[in-house]
Amino acid sequence: MTIQITRRAALLGGAGLAAGGLAMPAIAQNAPIRLGGLTTLEGPFATGGQDAYRCVQMELERINNTIGGRRIEFIRESSNAQADVALARARKLIEQDNVDIILGPLSGAEGIALRDYSRTLTGKSIVNGSSGASDTTLRNPSPNFFRFSTDGTQWMAGLGRHIHGLGIREVAITAGDYAFPYAQVFGFNLEFCRLGGKVTQYWAPLGTTDFTSQIAQINRSNAGAVIVVHGGTDGLAFMTQYAQAGGSKPLVGGSIMADQTMLSARGPHRRVMMGMLSGGPIADIIDDPTWTDFVARYRRRWANEGGFASPSIHGVNYVTNLYGILAGLRAVNGDLSGNQAAFQRAMAAAELTAPTGASVKLDHNRQAISDIFLNRIEERGGNAVVVAFDRARAVNQTLGMPEAQFLQLGSPSRDNAGCVA
Amino acid sequence: MRNTILWSLLGLVALLMLPWALPFVLPANEAAFWTANILGRALVFGIIAMSLTFLATYGGFISLAQMMVAGIAGYTLAILVDGAVPHILGGFGYGAAIPLGLLAATLMGLLVGAISVRTRDIYLLMITLALAMGVFRFIETNIAWFNGYEGIRNVVGPTLFGQDFRNPLVFYHIALATAVLLYAGILYLVRTPFGLVLQGIRDNPRRVAALGYSVGLHRIAAFGVAGFIAGCGGILSTIYNIGISPGSIGLGATVNVLIMSVIGGLGHPVGAFIGSLIYTVFDTFAATIYDRDRFNTLIGVVFLAIVLVSPDGAIGIGARLRRLLARRP
Amino acid sequence: MSAGMDLAATIVLNGLTLAALYFIVASGFSLIFGLMRVVNMAHGAMYLVAGYVGYAVFEPLYDRDVWYAWYVGVAAGVAFAAVFGAFVQVVLLGWMQGQELRQALVTIGLSIIVADQLLAIYGGTPRQFFAPDAIFGSTQVPGVGGYPTFRLVQIGIALAVGIGLWLLLNRTKLGMMIRAGVDDRQMLGACGVNVPLVGVAVFALGSALAGLGGVVGATAQPLAMGADGRFLLISLVVVIVGGMGSVTGTALGAVLIGLAEQIGQALFPTYSVILTFVIMVAVLALRPQGILGRA
Repeated sequence: MTIQITRRAALLGGAGLAAGGLAMPAIAQNAPIRLGGLTTLEGPFATGGQDAYRCVQMELERINNTIGGRRIEFIRESSNAQADVALARARKLIEQDNVDIILGPLSGAEGIALRDYSRTLTGKSIVNGSSGASDTTLRNPSPNFFRFSTDGTQWMAGLGRHIHGLGIREVAITAGDYAFPYAQVFGFNLEFCRLGGKVTQYWAPLGTTDFTSQIAQINRSNAGAVIVVHGGTDGLAFMTQYAQAGGSKPLVGGSIMADQTMLSARGPHRRVMMGMLSGGPIADIIDDPTWTDFVARYRRRWANEGGFASPSIHGVNYVTNLYGILAGLRAVNGDLSGNQAAFQRAMAAAELTAPTGASVKLDHNRQAISDIFLNRIEERGGNAVVVAFDRARAVNQTLGMPEAQFLQLGSPSRDNAGCVA
Repeated sequence: MRNTILWSLLGLVALLMLPWALPFVLPANEAAFWTANILGRALVFGIIAMSLTFLATYGGFISLAQMMVAGIAGYTLAILVDGAVPHILGGFGYGAAIPLGLLAATLMGLLVGAISVRTRDIYLLMITLALAMGVFRFIETNIAWFNGYEGIRNVVGPTLFGQDFRNPLVFYHIALATAVLLYAGILYLVRTPFGLVLQGIRDNPRRVAALGYSVGLHRIAAFGVAGFIAGCGGILSTIYNIGISPGSIGLGATVNVLIMSVIGGLGHPVGAFIGSLIYTVFDTFAATIYDRDRFNTLIGVVFLAIVLVSPDGAIGIGARLRRLLARRP
Repeated sequence: MSAGMDLAATIVLNGLTLAALYFIVASGFSLIFGLMRVVNMAHGAMYLVAGYVGYAVFEPLYDRDVWYAWYVGVAAGVAFAAVFGAFVQVVLLGWMQGQELRQALVTIGLSIIVADQLLAIYGGTPRQFFAPDAIFGSTQVPGVGGYPTFRLVQIGIALAVGIGLWLLLNRTKLGMMIRAGVDDRQMLGACGVNVPLVGVAVFALGSALAGLGGVVGATAQPLAMGADGRFLLISLVVVIVGGMGSVTGTALGAVLIGLAEQIGQALFPTYSVILTFVIMVAVLALRPQGILGRA
């Protein structure tokens, strides 16, 4: 882990420390920093949540649960991916367990709920876990909510351009009918349509497990490739049925398609997924020493305790956000006094390197500007793995568009899927 | 009789003063937490559970649609009120949106009552569950009106006398006042001719019909009343949660309301609040008691134990203990 | 035009294969309800248990590439569900016979615990069975083209289950007892039949069917947490529509719901869910006992 602190942040941190020294009695300085963790450990997203805690625990163990001379006490809570439950747990963490900082949550709706809650707090910070809804930071942001991980739209950066570059001019997009796929499709279309590409979209409600009719339509169309933006069970169902129906068009996946949760499930979908392209904040194999080191440590720590072959997207996102917290804490030497003002300024100014080797800094909405990888699924040593073959650097939340113009396009939805020429 | 009233009044005063009493036994931040997030939340859940208990106690109907009906009120509020994100219809202040939400829940209650009017007992349980899940699936997949899976956020609630609605003290007292009014309303209602006919239907519907009353209309009206009660809970919980998403009315939430009612006891409306308090405490402190990850196992075991040991819930246990103690010389 | 016809045929065939799965699962629910008057809210949990246990047996065999892996998986899942069902009836439900609501509540409690323990043991990764090659690939169906063979097999299994149940109920002594029990439990007991034992048998059989559904369903579509609620609900709706306790009614209900789901999804995806419930409400309004249910 390499954390670079800008000079400004270091100065601010020093100022905070001095102020803190005056305001707080020495004893408070030695009390542990209370870090609340919030992830999903119930229901269908539980695997991602488990991996998030694995990675966070590993990184806290690595620094001996100590920063700036203060111990970090990690208090875990879990939700079931529902906004109201996440909110109840966050309230418990803040009000009952008295945590200083919350790291979480995992899913989009929870993220927006916690963003709204963070606005009502003073002297507390909520740092995202792995939730990826754009609006959490793009529209109506909260000064107490920080996100060092990238959102669903950012994850598609570079993919549309790459597909167009392969000479494909028309694609079929199959996607879940809810906010996260909207954001991903939006990101893809923004590039692909601007270059003159043509898209046909097929939406399916969340929880659809029977795609045979849709696949029949897609196979009959003129599309040169199929963009699959489903996750979890829906994604596995689509891929399996695509393989069974003898589908042969090249496949391009959304960011949660090409993940170990999908590849570690066995079956015929693996065959059609070979060679599949995708974009996202991680890959299994990234040619970067930071990542190689992180993966090696992950395997050593968790190989015998239920870990995946390679850390999951949620694990990496949680750790990236944890790094953001640690960078802030280090800059202020663990001093959270003054309603965390100095700590929050230090976080906002932090520049760090994510476990993937991507560099991360925050924009004025406290949202990450970071690198996105272009990936291909390849066979390595008999296993299917996601290999990064290119990276788009410093992708911001508007994919390089001026913010006002991007906001003008409106929130992604099925009727506003970003296909503007 | 006079004794009961006296005790009820004393209890009410104690509940009113509770937020000021808590800081004597708990640190300040925890006292605030208990006020809004355990007691307040339990009251809100309790109101929804009470709509189920009301139907069960006085009509003998077990309806699993009550959480969904509560959600209809919440969604109506979220759709209509200004400032909600995303903006669906908007244009209403809380003063207008809240009554409209209650109206929608009452209508939905009437509709559920009408659809299930010819079924009883476990058939009714099955049908109300199926209806609730149908509405839930629709809301979860419909983007235009309900914003699908993500739900509608930023329903912050009105400002009352310069106080934020979600201020722990304000929220607790509004929830308490709503609960007490509804509770008293139920106790009054069951003594009116309507309430008596309802209890007649529970005991012997044929005789009620023979006496010339319309069983169907009374049933549907009872579901309407229950819809209104559930709606009150739905409005409060939506503001408490700063919004609403389909998870709030899904299978888990539906079953939770049943769990609360049964744990507390279906024999009297007060059971709903006892059950919701027990549930909320377990829900909040599962991590400390057992293991956060396995909360569902914990609450499932408690629920199963209650059903197996004391089908009339905590109230039943209390009554049995009282009898046991009274028998001693 | 031809493409349109193709599509229509595919959608109808999809509806029928889905109906086959729904029938297998719901028939067990209907059977238990028919004799025992128990609304088994843990029926979906049985589906889930069988899927996971069957998979745990299936996976190591599949790794070793033995041809019978799937069949053993099916047998293990079905057997486990049957034993579990019998256990539930003996330990939890048998002694409160007649308290219908309490039994429904017990099964709700049970399903919560079972689903959570499955999550604890098996984690949240979706799982999928792979049928033997003979029934896995795709088959040319006239008017449709290539169609997954396993889905056709699914229809065969459902037909076998339907015919088997009909023979069991109408041609065997157990079936006679079951039908007599539906009409009058007390009289059946007075005739010297061990009614509790018949009850255990019925519960085991009903659960076994849920289990069969679990493994078959997890071969056609991935199995994941949440399937329990989904299939419980489908069983409820199918049985409400078709009629309680009638095998033919369950079949009819399954076909209606399966077709409605597929056609709805093709014509108006975002509102497809409503179609199922419109059918249910219409049936309730016109025939509260279900289309083929006895009043």
